[in-house]
Amino acid sequence: MLSYEKYKGKLTVRLKGELDHASIAPIRAELDQLLNDPKVKHLVLDMEGVSFMDSSAIGLVIGRYKALARRGGSVSVTRTAPRVDRIFEMAGLYQIVEKRA
Amino acid sequence: MKIKNEMRLDFPAAGKNESFARLVISAFVLPLNPTLEELADVKTAVSEAVTNAIVHGYADAPGTVRLHAVLYEDDTLKVDVIDNGRGIEDIALARTPFFTTCAEDERSGMGFTVMESFMDEVSVQSKPGRGTTVTLVKRLRACETESARRA
Repeated sequence: MLSYEKYKGKLTVRLKGELDHASIAPIRAELDQLLNDPKVKHLVLDMEGVSFMDSSAIGLVIGRYKALARRGGSVSVTRTAPRVDRIFEMAGLYQIVEKRA
Repeated sequence: MKIKNEMRLDFPAAGKNESFARLVISAFVLPLNPTLEELADVKTAVSEAVTNAIVHGYADAPGTVRLHAVLYEDDTLKVDVIDNGRGIEDIALARTPFFTTCAEDERSGMGFTVMESFMDEVSVQSKPGRGTTVTLVKRLRACETESARRA
């Protein structure tokens, strides 16, 4: 179960634990369920609780970015650990996804 | 080079074993007192290689993944991640950033790039239809040796 908060058009989701290929599948399904709501335009992924992450998370973020960009929305990430930044930067993710303080 | 420790682990190519493989490799290098950074580097690289074996090598079909880790006297860690899956046709292409054979599955194509950036050496041996071995090498800072020298 994802912990999230919806306020106007903004959906903030707190990701936690280990993000790998296997653990991301149910997260993706649940996120997409939440994003089915057409009122949601902006997705904020709060990464503070993420204890491990590999490149699988890049695909997750890019996939959601594509979905939201189609409806004129955006994705941003917040509270990323230096390691998370390093992996996201490798993929040039911050060119399409805003990093919030 | 003299071997300090060695382990082999065979496990089914199932997603849940990605985290298991990370735990095992952590436990294997822990006696060396690696930095948290080094430990995370090794875990991330192993996670990428094991995921590749499951997703690409076996394409989510049943199979066995082998983790073979060797710790040498100079605190160099070598990890082989071995599958007997479908193999890679073009290794250079597979290692190119953003290259992926399953874009529809939201794979980022960054697995090898991540491995290369977190390890000192990454090599790949593969034969189409026979399987793939990814070899990851990292020289650990060896805090243990350092403190022994001071003592």
